[in-house]
Amino acid sequence: MHVFADPTNLDAYLSGFLWILKLTGASAVLALVLGVLLAAFRVSPVPVLRGVGAAWVNIFRNTPLTLIIFFCYFGLFTTLGLTLSDDLDQNNYWLGVVGLSVYTAAFVCEAVRSGINTVPPGQAEAARAIGLTFFQTLRIVVLPQAGRAVVAPLGSVLIALCKNATIVGTIGLIEASSVMKDLINSNGDAVIAIFAVFAGTFAALLIPTGYFFGWLANRLAVKR
Amino acid sequence: MSTSTVLYDHPGPRARVRNAVLSVVFGVGLVALLWWVYAKFDQAGQWEGSLWQPFTEASTWTQFIWPGLRQTLFAAATGMVLSLAFGILFAVGRLSDHWWVRVPAGAIVEFFRAVPLLLMIFFIFYGVPFLIQGPVSAFWSVVVGLTLYNGSVLAEAFRAGIRSIPAGQAEAAYAVGMRKSQVMQLILVPQAARAMLPVIVSQLVVLLKDTALGYIVAFPELLQRGVNDLSANRGNVVAAAIVVALIYIAINSLVTALANWLDRRTRRRGFRVPKQATAPRDDAQVTEPQG
Repeated sequence: MHVFADPTNLDAYLSGFLWILKLTGASAVLALVLGVLLAAFRVSPVPVLRGVGAAWVNIFRNTPLTLIIFFCYFGLFTTLGLTLSDDLDQNNYWLGVVGLSVYTAAFVCEAVRSGINTVPPGQAEAARAIGLTFFQTLRIVVLPQAGRAVVAPLGSVLIALCKNATIVGTIGLIEASSVMKDLINSNGDAVIAIFAVFAGTFAALLIPTGYFFGWLANRLAVKR
Repeated sequence: MSTSTVLYDHPGPRARVRNAVLSVVFGVGLVALLWWVYAKFDQAGQWEGSLWQPFTEASTWTQFIWPGLRQTLFAAATGMVLSLAFGILFAVGRLSDHWWVRVPAGAIVEFFRAVPLLLMIFFIFYGVPFLIQGPVSAFWSVVVGLTLYNGSVLAEAFRAGIRSIPAGQAEAAYAVGMRKSQVMQLILVPQAARAMLPVIVSQLVVLLKDTALGYIVAFPELLQRGVNDLSANRGNVVAAAIVVALIYIAINSLVTALANWLDRRTRRRGFRVPKQATAPRDDAQVTEPQG
């Protein structure tokens, strides 16, 4: 543990995880908005929108995130000249957020769509039979039930997003995994302790989050 | 589409006209957006023939893309075989009657599922050499990392699969005098494996995509060779990234189609598809998006 007694190392550790949390937070919001929009596209009666939703999901779900992040930096920034901030770290951060968001949005979209699919057609049919309009059906009958079914998969997507945030280290943001790499390289005698601290921090953050979402999903589950 | 019946009726004449109008409006919007992207690329000179010309040369494919793709597929295949073994072992371990097997197996599975794959690969690639006083190849760093992570995910899938088999199966096996290990080996695992086959195949997509993390430790896989190395020679990073992305998308779509076909076949044969496995929590974790 002598490695973390050194204040510079401790600061590096803290700022590494701070970047992870910032990446997760911003990407989670963007991916949620984009993903719900895409899900709305995919269940809409307009074929063009359904096509856009399906294409997005198929493209981004089947491309490695490493390649997407790589493209955000070397493609969007270096080659096409998209600059999101004048500060180097901030620029890398926002490029990472863009990559994480477009990738995660595909998974959010699928989670929301499968949530809508869990609502039995009889529910909507009954709603229409008593004369509710399309938006009333959606607001009063379908979405409340779908929203509950979507909690658990969205929790898993959030957890995966937090882990995936480490990949932004590829484009030079000094997040947790890059900090761990540097610490290992300069402290060969404390390799196991360093890994235990970093992996343990992730486990301490993510395992309770997983149980929380499991508990919440159970609590909210629609009894059928 | 099943969703369309949940949300709205079959369109009547008015709805059809409205949908047609919306299609045209959004269609024009989409074309405008694509045109804008095209123009931006054009502005940056990314449609220059010289950037795309390498892909018409055989040497690009034989020296960069194919060797990279071969490494990617080889790492994914090795990782898959090892993950399956790891998954079965730990699924059975977590269902053990002995707490001293069950608890460590559960802890290991939970731990490896919570730790980012990249962190694990870094530990194996940079950390383990200090411990064993010798180098660890990039290939094995990636494969061992993939095995620990995907094996843990598969262990959870198997466990759900085994638990979903009707209790009568195991009871009947015990009744004819089988031992615990026989029940597991002969009755439960084979049935779970068949029912979970679609899940196992779709995990292959996750595994295949994750091999791209090898790029970060300079493992010469598809992203490293086909994008990084190729564009270092030809300066066509955008073109190379698009071509390689298309290769990944094609392969993964094929694997997904295979998984869907297996899924339909399993259902048609009247297998009970495990309920826990399709319930949100387990399902979503199985198809969890990793890099």
